[in-house]
Amino acid sequence: MKKIIKLLFFLTLLINFNNSKAIAESSSELLKVDWSFKSFIGKFDRASLQRGYQVYNEVCSSCHSVKYLSYRNLVEKGGPEFTEEEAKAIASNFEVVDGPDSTGEMFTRNARLSDKFVMPYANEKEAKSANGGAYPPDMSVLVKARKGGADYIYSLLLGYEDPPADIKLEDGVYYNKYMYGNKIKMSAPLSDELIEYSDGTKATTEQMAKDVVSFLMWAAEPHLEQRHKFGFRVLIYLIVISVLVYFGMKKIWSRIESKV
Amino acid sequence: MSDHDYQPNSKLGKWFNDRLPLLTLSNHLQEYPTPKNLNYWWTFGGILTFCLITQIVTGVILGMHYIAHADLAFESVEHIMRDVNYGWLIRYVHSNGASMFFLAVYIHIFRALYYGSYKSPREVIWIIGMIIYFLMMATAFMGYVLPWGQMSFWGATVITNLFSAVPFIGESITNWLWGGYAVGNPTLTRFFSLHYLLPFLILGLVILHIWALHIPGNNNPIGIEIKKPSNDTVPFHPYIVIKDLFALILFLIVFAFFVFYSPNILGHADNYIEANPLVTPAHIVPEWYLLPFYAILRSIPDKLFGVIAMFASIFVLVILPWLDTSKVRSAIFRPIYKQFYWFLLADVIILGYMGAMPAEGTYLIIARVATVYYFLHFLIILPILGSKEKTLDVPLSITEPVLGGYPNQAKTKDKSNIKENL
Repeated sequence: MKKIIKLLFFLTLLINFNNSKAIAESSSELLKVDWSFKSFIGKFDRASLQRGYQVYNEVCSSCHSVKYLSYRNLVEKGGPEFTEEEAKAIASNFEVVDGPDSTGEMFTRNARLSDKFVMPYANEKEAKSANGGAYPPDMSVLVKARKGGADYIYSLLLGYEDPPADIKLEDGVYYNKYMYGNKIKMSAPLSDELIEYSDGTKATTEQMAKDVVSFLMWAAEPHLEQRHKFGFRVLIYLIVISVLVYFGMKKIWSRIESKV
Repeated sequence: MSDHDYQPNSKLGKWFNDRLPLLTLSNHLQEYPTPKNLNYWWTFGGILTFCLITQIVTGVILGMHYIAHADLAFESVEHIMRDVNYGWLIRYVHSNGASMFFLAVYIHIFRALYYGSYKSPREVIWIIGMIIYFLMMATAFMGYVLPWGQMSFWGATVITNLFSAVPFIGESITNWLWGGYAVGNPTLTRFFSLHYLLPFLILGLVILHIWALHIPGNNNPIGIEIKKPSNDTVPFHPYIVIKDLFALILFLIVFAFFVFYSPNILGHADNYIEANPLVTPAHIVPEWYLLPFYAILRSIPDKLFGVIAMFASIFVLVILPWLDTSKVRSAIFRPIYKQFYWFLLADVIILGYMGAMPAEGTYLIIARVATVYYFLHFLIILPILGSKEKTLDVPLSITEPVLGGYPNQAKTKDKSNIKENL
């Protein structure tokens, strides 16, 4: 038993390593949200994901792509779980270039479930020139690509402030207390009542930030619910079997004069 | 080995065994006399074998879906995570499996250091183990490059650039390694090829490692030579098998916790940003298991000597059996060595921590002191301790301290004493 405790001690040491790295670099302590997907059996809040998609679609998507998501993902289990009709309707709002057809011409058609999310810009150069030289990052795995994850993105969305007197900002640069270096080229994207939620939820800035970050978390980890479900079962199974093996081992070792 | 005269029961078994003695081998593995006082630190050999097999199996499956191309690698990893059936599980087991592998190998190595398992007649086991450890680091490093994220790219750039420190031909070597004038697609494809190859070399070496172990047999916590088989040993099966299994399941609980509940905590967030040669990350940090060596590398102001020091820190382990001249193996009977053992462990942990911090100010000073102490331990302290240290009395058998309570020379010599205790 003592040995197991020692082992756990080393493990905590290991994790502290990583955490201390994160703390050393963020400029302000992040806002903490009680995310529904955080616990051992944590799941996404379905309605929040659907609202989050709406925020993404009406606000973020004018600059940010989510290139690894397909419209069919919106229907899949563990996601926003739109009905197939809803997802088809969503997809049909976008146009994609397909082809070549039988005459060798490329043509545009409405997007289908099997298509990837349509990107706002044709390429990185176009995106940069439209955004004052800054490239709006693809948001597919954004939550996993930033230290602090969901809390960080949430804090960033709410972290816009007037700069302190000693900091001068150029045109098109904004002050954000959670951003690395505090300077960000994206203007505050959210404000109260910016959009009207189709389910009637009051669209406060905090609400929208929470919804869209949930959506982005799902976009980055579409199998998170399955993972939590599996993990819970695997842990229970391993704990039960470890008890059985422990007693089996005791029994076998009782044949000889030695403790195990 | 006494099990050479093993005879299979069935006629067919005998026929086959005379031509290829696999049944003799299997019998040897079951009967293999193992010291009965092995503690749980000895279960990590089995755990490591499990880790290697897990990495190979998950790796082969990942290789079926992964595309080794600079423009497609990152996307193909996301394809595995999203669209391949249970791809997320296989990839997370593989990526966390690397960390678990190193966690186990560090425990395994530090166990050997504590109980003097590297000493005669087990030097060859130890040296093979060190080669395995070195290949593991190379394999893990190349594996980390494959997702082609920012840390992959820049980690590869930093590490391959080390070779440019070689005088005169350094630049040619790095260009040859890269397959070009910078880390790029040719680098990725060769790393993939080697990342696939090396684990099988490791597997071969593991077999040699175990073979070499089965010649003298296991060391044990009190570090004495024992008669095999005897009262001091138990057959490997079922005693050690079930104990290893129990330890493995406990290990799997920790493993599962990482895979299912914090699969990315041991990695670096920047590696979820696709590689971009034009943007350098704020801090380029290797994976946690390489950090002590990274700290040694950076603590030397000269690039060439930094690289030499880093490789020397591993080489010094290879020649350890000849640096530690003490005849007594186990730290239990070496009161002064025991203190220095814990200092060394603390030193390596400090080095690891410094490796994660920026190389400047106080961090750099501490890293330098820790680097000096690391070499001091192996090159000065151990040889001196070997001749100067006054060791405690070592018991003559495993049964004796269990029955007698304390290792005591007088008691051991007087056999009647043991009988009284019985």
